[in-house]
Amino acid sequence: MSASTDIIDSEPESWFHRNQQAIAPWLFLAPGILFFVVYVIAPVFQSFNLSLYEWDGLGQAEYIGMRNYEDLYYEWVDRDAFYTSLKNNLIWLVLYLLAIPAGLFIALLLNQTVFGIRLYKSLFFFPFVISQVVVGLVFTWFYDPTFGLLNQMLGVFGMGPINVLGNEHLVTYGIIAAGLWPQTAYCMILYLTGLNAVDPEQIEAGRLDGAKGIKMLWYIVLPQLRPATFIAFVVTIIGALRSFDLISVMTQGGPFGSSRVLAYYMFEVALSEYGFRMGYGAAIAVVLFMIMMCFITYFLWSMYREEKGH
Amino acid sequence: MHSMTKRTLAALAACTALSAPALAQVSGDLSIFLDTSNPAPRATMEAMIERFGEKNPDLNIEITVIDREAYKTQIRNFLTANAPDVATWYAANRMKPYVDAGLFDDVSDLWAEPMFADDLKSTKGAMTIDGKQWGVPYTYYQWGVYYRKDIFDELELSAPTTWEEEKVNCEKIVASGRACYTIGTKFLWTAGGWFDYLNMRTNGYDFHNQLANGEISWEDDRVKQTFANWKELIDMGAFIDNHQTYSWQEALPFMVNGEAAAYLMGNFAVAPLRDAGLTDDQLDFYQFVSINPDVELAEDAPTDTFHIPSAAKNKEAAREFLRFVASPEEQTIINDGKNLGQLPVNSKSSVDDDKFLQKGFVMLSENSPGGVAQFWDRDAPAEMAKVSMEGFQEFMVKPDQVDKILAKLERARGRIYK
Repeated sequence: MSASTDIIDSEPESWFHRNQQAIAPWLFLAPGILFFVVYVIAPVFQSFNLSLYEWDGLGQAEYIGMRNYEDLYYEWVDRDAFYTSLKNNLIWLVLYLLAIPAGLFIALLLNQTVFGIRLYKSLFFFPFVISQVVVGLVFTWFYDPTFGLLNQMLGVFGMGPINVLGNEHLVTYGIIAAGLWPQTAYCMILYLTGLNAVDPEQIEAGRLDGAKGIKMLWYIVLPQLRPATFIAFVVTIIGALRSFDLISVMTQGGPFGSSRVLAYYMFEVALSEYGFRMGYGAAIAVVLFMIMMCFITYFLWSMYREEKGH
Repeated sequence: MHSMTKRTLAALAACTALSAPALAQVSGDLSIFLDTSNPAPRATMEAMIERFGEKNPDLNIEITVIDREAYKTQIRNFLTANAPDVATWYAANRMKPYVDAGLFDDVSDLWAEPMFADDLKSTKGAMTIDGKQWGVPYTYYQWGVYYRKDIFDELELSAPTTWEEEKVNCEKIVASGRACYTIGTKFLWTAGGWFDYLNMRTNGYDFHNQLANGEISWEDDRVKQTFANWKELIDMGAFIDNHQTYSWQEALPFMVNGEAAAYLMGNFAVAPLRDAGLTDDQLDFYQFVSINPDVELAEDAPTDTFHIPSAAKNKEAAREFLRFVASPEEQTIINDGKNLGQLPVNSKSSVDDDKFLQKGFVMLSENSPGGVAQFWDRDAPAEMAKVSMEGFQEFMVKPDQVDKILAKLERARGRIYK
């Protein structure tokens, strides 16, 4: 035995051994890359391709060039469904970001040691744990024009009943409010962990220099919370763009399509009970992908810059 | 999804086979996909298939029951990938995509047989595309106005038959602080029912069909007249407020509590209304009033159907099963009050004693000379149905926007029918 080992040792190192350092990461990444390519990258290109066809999901797909995009353009010009969806997506993007300051506020409120603070934290985190479907249902009942709690409360102040989910101007805001409930909880938990890592010595030093209240928050605490803010920003933007479940549960895009967003419109056109236009759905998906791509590129770029800085 | 296999004892079935010599025996495997996922219809179907199994002891039947809503999307997959021998679906335009894609088998040979040709004549049109038949119906039900008779009595009203009477009645009901009609348009199709009736009464069945087939402009004056009639009701406050937030089930309490006097709905609304405590003395039915005296009355009567996928393996057994389903005896059993509680498609079967089924049967067989429509979302192509029903909902909320809505529908027509 020992003789043979000697022989191997004395031989020049194998190619694998020499390049082990370089190959090992790729070997470990291989399963992930494989699945990412098959289930994410390839479908992206398939969607691009499909968006150039007219296909009902059953028969032969017919190549129609850019016509799906032309139709989308005309829907935009006519202020039709696509316009509404895009506009609502924008409203979602902007208002959903409110979850970040709200989460920060609650996190600061809860970042103290008093009796039962764990219970309060759990209660504030609760909406994030329950399913979006349940959140949607709860808010649907809350908004119910005849029996809902919201209108009962408004009634106490002598204000007339409002049908939030039945009013084409209010409905998107109503759904966003429902969405903010769990999203705020999510941002709160991100900030709570961030606050644990805030350096007490810097707080001390700031206090000695006379920083208080807002100034302390703005100049001492927030800069240290930058990583948490970044993550909160990322998840909130992505969350806003893929808002689907709440809309599906609360309004199904109604009344008369005024609460649609791109993700829901895509589902409606391609996969719902009355949907047979796979190509058109793919075209909407491509548009949504482009919008997401802008943000993703920005996130990746700023992460890259961050890492280079260190 | 739930599946079960039934093997019947050969010995037991040998004697049943003797009693029914008319039906040929078939053997092999038979796979049946059902969308009748609600408990009552599901039990009905399983019992019926069991009876079929007893008649065909050599047949190994496998039943798969799929949730009714999920079925609507799954059918596209299983027809191409893993086709059963028999599958449930709906008549008219709803089956057209599958017929066009060659996924349903042509069953015109069955319809050439005397039983189908003579006894199922009334539903043949709904099963026909391009002059061929593509399936066999197993049940259908009437639509009409279900109303609170006690409220009508209290206000000294009688069931209306003309548009004028209808409006006079409605004014009195509104004056008593109620809405004439409850409706929940959240899922849109209920508004399609109102459009069906108003348009068929204003312009007739043939016009309605042409509109569904995209042959008539939505900005045609006759269509505008339909909406003008509809607007009369809306403006007088005939419908409950906030209907766009409710499903059809959520709209039921308004009628049960007496806040609304009537409901334009399919016969399936009777069961939940009875469950909610309304007795047959309180609840009654009338045919939708005539509007334009020059057009013949036509009704909505959606038909549920069985089809044989083209990729079915045991088409012989499947055809035998369809013959069995459509037979007068089975039609009587599965549609009676204890089972589906709907109308049999075979004219030789008997209708249950239930007062609503009796009234519906008489209405459809004697008082619907104009024709029988399936329902807006089954008669019009899916895309047009979706866009238009959204338009109907918007119209019911904002009746003054009618021109804008019709212009939008007309644009959709230009795109959808090519």
